[in-house]
Amino acid sequence: MNYVGIDMGSTCTKVIVMDESQKIIFHKVMPTGWNCIETAQSILEMLEEQGIKREQFKCVATGYGRISVPYMDKAITEISCHGKGACYLFGEKDFTVIDIGGQDTKVIEIAGGAVKNFNMNDKCSAGTGKFLEIMAATLGLGLNDLCELSRESKNHIVISSMCTVFAESEVVSLIGRGTEKADIAYAVVESIVNKVHGQLGKIAPKNSVVRLTGGLCEAPYIIEAMSKKLDTEVKSDPMARYAGAIGAALYATAIK
Amino acid sequence: MSNEEEFQSIMDEFRDAKKNASLFCKGASERGDVVIGSFCQYAPTEIIRAAGFYNVILCGFNYDPAVPLAETELPANLCPLIKSSYGNILGKTCPFAFYSDLIVGETTCDGKKKMYEMLQELKQMHVIHLPNVPDKERSMEGWESELHRFKEALEERFNVKITDEQLKNTIKTLNKERSYNARMYELGKLDPPAMTGVQMRNVLTAEYFMLDEKNKAVKSERMLELAKQLWDEGKGPYKKDEHPVRILVSGAGLDGVLDKTINVIEELGAAIVCYEGCCGIMNMRRPIDENDPDPIHAIADKYLEVPCAVMSPNARRFEQFRNVLDEWKVDGVISITVHACSPFDIESRALEDICNENDMPFLHVRTDYSPGDEGQVRTRIEAFIEMLQAKKNG
Repeated sequence: MNYVGIDMGSTCTKVIVMDESQKIIFHKVMPTGWNCIETAQSILEMLEEQGIKREQFKCVATGYGRISVPYMDKAITEISCHGKGACYLFGEKDFTVIDIGGQDTKVIEIAGGAVKNFNMNDKCSAGTGKFLEIMAATLGLGLNDLCELSRESKNHIVISSMCTVFAESEVVSLIGRGTEKADIAYAVVESIVNKVHGQLGKIAPKNSVVRLTGGLCEAPYIIEAMSKKLDTEVKSDPMARYAGAIGAALYATAIK
Repeated sequence: MSNEEEFQSIMDEFRDAKKNASLFCKGASERGDVVIGSFCQYAPTEIIRAAGFYNVILCGFNYDPAVPLAETELPANLCPLIKSSYGNILGKTCPFAFYSDLIVGETTCDGKKKMYEMLQELKQMHVIHLPNVPDKERSMEGWESELHRFKEALEERFNVKITDEQLKNTIKTLNKERSYNARMYELGKLDPPAMTGVQMRNVLTAEYFMLDEKNKAVKSERMLELAKQLWDEGKGPYKKDEHPVRILVSGAGLDGVLDKTINVIEELGAAIVCYEGCCGIMNMRRPIDENDPDPIHAIADKYLEVPCAVMSPNARRFEQFRNVLDEWKVDGVISITVHACSPFDIESRALEDICNENDMPFLHVRTDYSPGDEGQVRTRIEAFIEMLQAKKNG
């Protein structure tokens, strides 16, 4: 029997397959697209190509599209899944998970290997991956380029708008004024880091162990900036974008 | 009719109460009876009913068309309850306001106060000045004289006399009505609970709109009796060996966000065992002193103790909140506040501190009447319930 975890996020869908010994035997990330049900169908076909047939696996779906996976055995929220997945990835039981997702940024407190408390950004997109994506596009940069360019900033400026649309016009007027791209990139990253810091402050005691999951797990500058702001070494893992899917696959192992 | 059928038929009557009340008001108005509209619990319904008048609640709980209409005159970043209430009166989509001969407001939060000033141009209003310091030594005298002023205003405007005798009788009737609600909450103490939180909400909302007080008393009494009987027979809303996670819901403006919050909580398998905050348990447990020779004083004394978040400091609420956690054997607290309801939003922080002290899981949901954040709110609630279930079931 195999165990499939599907994390259908607002931007990307992540798929994990585990074997009986909870070892990851397959992983894949793809854009979610506009039709969750079609994406789910293409995952099923992809798994079949890998020789993993529907009757040979249990499946848990998570993420905002969790109920749109027609063949899942169970849907579990991304909070529980990210918590479980992060414990697996980092081999720790007491820590705080920051997940910067496409439309939600989550802070999850883990105690004794279980979710103890969490919060999510309220409604608006400030502090999320979507915010970063839109700002990068406005600057004509890729996500990673934006992060790396921030290092070169000499004049530290601030973007004060929390709303993505207003922040975009703020960036546009900075561009119009001839502000260095690196300085704007720096301000964009700082804005995310500050927002996450505010969210974390309500949950985690200072200097607790912090781990980053989600799509920014391989953005070294973000991790550095966050470590500096939180005054603790934030760690991530290249597989941390799969944390939700890993958690989902682990939950699938418990399905009878 | 079996007990189950009878219980269901009473629940159906409660569910339809608001709809039926608009016809009732139309009839009352045609007969020349007086209908008084009010918003908060602070409006002393004893005084209104002692005069033989009907009291209806005008709080708006719908988004469309009331909120967008209200936003043509009021700021968009105002509490949805205030916008919805005003929008329904402005657009004449609230039959109760339409049939009200007078609307009673009270100076609770700033948003309401200022909305009442605008309402004065649309309807006859009487605004009661409510002190915000619930300390009796400092506030009682002024508060009591406001209630006298209100009584005299009713007497003068409608040419009636409200006697102490009438007031005392109405106090007894309303104490009884509050006790029904308090007893209903007691059913939530059972494990599994003998009523669901959705059913409780249904009854609580209906009670404001059951305008035939004799029928209301008979049905409330019978409903409580049947709920307990059905539970004893194992025919309650949960199987006897089912032990859902027990949620205390706290906050204000809940009736405008039922589909996104209350219904979702129970749909996901948790049980709401009690409500705290606006119109919650605390007000129901405290009767008005029936032996006080001065009924207005007795009414004032009780109402000043209503632990609404407009009071400062609101120590009574926090003290009672601690007791409720304990008495109802709560597994987790969900505080639901609507955008721009600053008093309840800020006090939510104090509730969270109390929960942290007691190692009690706590979730604060900030939302409004619009359907836009349904998905995000559901995810928060679902994750919270998963967390509680994992804790409860090991």
